[in-house]
Amino acid sequence: MSAAIEVPVAAATTDSLRVALVGNPNCGKTALFNLLTGSRQKVANYAGVTVERKQGRLTTPQGREVLILDLPGAYSLTPASPDEAITRDVCLGTAAGESAPDLIVCVLDATNLRLHLRFALEVARLGRPMLVALNMSDAAARRGIVIDKAKLEAALGVPVVDTIAVRRGGADALLKLLDAHGRTQPALPIAPDADLHAEVNRLLNAAVTMPRRTDARDDLIDRWVLHPVAGLAILAVVLFLIFQAVFAWAAPFQDGIDAGVAFLAQHLGAILPDGLLKSLLVDGIVAGLGGVIVFLPQILFLFLFILALEESGYLPRAAFLLDRLMVGAGLTGRSFIPLLSSFACAIPGIMATRSIQDPRDRLTTIMVAPLMTCSARLPVYALLISAFVPQRDVWLFNLQGLVLFALYIAGIVGALLVSWVMKRFSRDKAEQSLLLELPSYRMPRVRDLAIGLWERATIFLRRVGGIILALTVLLWFLSTFPAPPDGATGPAIDYSFAGRIGQAMEVVFAPIGFNWQICIALIPGLAAREVAVSALATVYALSATSEAAADQLGGLIAQQWSLATALSLLAWYVFAPQCIATLAVIRRETNSVRTMVIATTYLFALAYLAAFAAYRITLALS
Amino acid sequence: MQISCIHSFIIDMRLSELPRHEAAVISAVEDAREGDHIAGRLRDLGFVPGEPVKVLASGPIGADPLLVQIGFTRFALRRAEAARVIVAPSA
Repeated sequence: MSAAIEVPVAAATTDSLRVALVGNPNCGKTALFNLLTGSRQKVANYAGVTVERKQGRLTTPQGREVLILDLPGAYSLTPASPDEAITRDVCLGTAAGESAPDLIVCVLDATNLRLHLRFALEVARLGRPMLVALNMSDAAARRGIVIDKAKLEAALGVPVVDTIAVRRGGADALLKLLDAHGRTQPALPIAPDADLHAEVNRLLNAAVTMPRRTDARDDLIDRWVLHPVAGLAILAVVLFLIFQAVFAWAAPFQDGIDAGVAFLAQHLGAILPDGLLKSLLVDGIVAGLGGVIVFLPQILFLFLFILALEESGYLPRAAFLLDRLMVGAGLTGRSFIPLLSSFACAIPGIMATRSIQDPRDRLTTIMVAPLMTCSARLPVYALLISAFVPQRDVWLFNLQGLVLFALYIAGIVGALLVSWVMKRFSRDKAEQSLLLELPSYRMPRVRDLAIGLWERATIFLRRVGGIILALTVLLWFLSTFPAPPDGATGPAIDYSFAGRIGQAMEVVFAPIGFNWQICIALIPGLAAREVAVSALATVYALSATSEAAADQLGGLIAQQWSLATALSLLAWYVFAPQCIATLAVIRRETNSVRTMVIATTYLFALAYLAAFAAYRITLALS
Repeated sequence: MQISCIHSFIIDMRLSELPRHEAAVISAVEDAREGDHIAGRLRDLGFVPGEPVKVLASGPIGADPLLVQIGFTRFALRRAEAARVIVAPSA
């Protein structure tokens, strides 16, 4: 947007109508928001909390500017989660940094009025200007639910409109109403001590006819999807397909990004004169960011699937099937999908924890997500296993495969221990609840998926990208300065700050068997785990390109390192947070530097302990 | 909220004990302790006396959680949560 048209828009926002969308979870509020605002959305956080603030803008047919706030879904204004507290505070006009909306649009699922009307009455009781949108009115009509809008309007004292969030033009009636009324009258007063359930029943009896209680289609699907045996089998197939797709579909994009980064580095290298600028751009920024961006295809594909599972209504079903298992580990059924995603990459996993309402469960899930063996560990594991673990069979199994399997298990066991400890020593011992609604199944809409994916991608690139860029430059600086003295024989990195820090670190890392070359490689390896392989190649002064270097490196370290050192480094990589992108996402998602520091510290401490144990036990046995 | 034991004290049972697919009517939601948020939330979600409920399914491990149908809505409740709801089989 150019500056010329920015001005009138900004001026218009001061007197534009400010509307808040409220409603129960699963009322289709976000789909309605997407329909109303399209791509004119801004996602941020509410002041001081990690609740997502989604605001959008629209112009009504008659040219009225409207600012729409999509408030978090809530079952009640007596909040049970930070999300619901925000919804209540914004409606009351007491939220920090937010003024009370001019108009509250209460969105109801027309097929689920018994639950949703109660919340509408709670909102009506606030006495603020409001109107009611009966969403999914098409689905209600299909199921034979007949709603007498005039009677409902009369009983509530506010306008009631039909909306169909999933159809183009489905919000036209709402837009017309925004034009006609703008600020509508508050609802008819409801006594503060009135029994809202009784009120709901009165409204339903007066204005709604419904022939059948539940959707036959949902009944049928749930009979299979929630079946103790068939349900778990379906879940396993779904997850298997997702992982297959993530790795198979992402691979060409990742290869493309790799090739693009190499091309860019080569051309920048050819154009720029030798010197610091070239080194900063080519070795620092292009190589460093390239190492992180290469995971973007995997991250986006995973997100696409998570969004589709969520939109379709399957995600809460998976949580239902796995809740008991996850509770045993101090987590909740809702933790499962984020943790599973973390096996590809912890970043979408941590960002997906937004679907966990309980803040304690969410924090535990975020804390243990980096322990899942992500795909960036595989190059490190592959290097060390092929160099040190003999290629032979143990009973029926390949020994190298067994070691790789053990590394995965070690991460899972570590996560279980950490979540158990977090629960055991948590100060807040209040009972955690599930109380999870299993909504009707829905076909995911391309528009909603695209907007959701776009949001996640921008958060990752814009918010997290800045931190990654800054740290990449810092790592480059540490690995480059000071330059080696004249007549130096070793690789330049040996003489740099990173080299010196690495050599100083050797004192600390000698007890776990790391030599100074490993210590140095760990520093640039903070950018992303797989970078450690190329960093080791640099330290050992192998100048070949990446794949050949990995082969040479394998032979070299097989001669120079002991088995104990190799196993120790493997154990280190199971736990160590050698990934600044993950740490940056933890900071962003918890809105807390302290949480990020705690996560980093405990992960490094665990890594050190595990490496120490691996080193000492191997030494004692050999 | 008190358990209403005037009319049905013999057949009142906890929702967690209700056999699957058996129709029942809620007679009360008990607080497990003073100021029990979970019981309060259950009432907000529509678990109030007089509402018909049914248990439709249970989780694969330890038959926990339970899938409970109330009105048009299905909720997954852990057994400890369902135990707060007192029901009277209506068949």
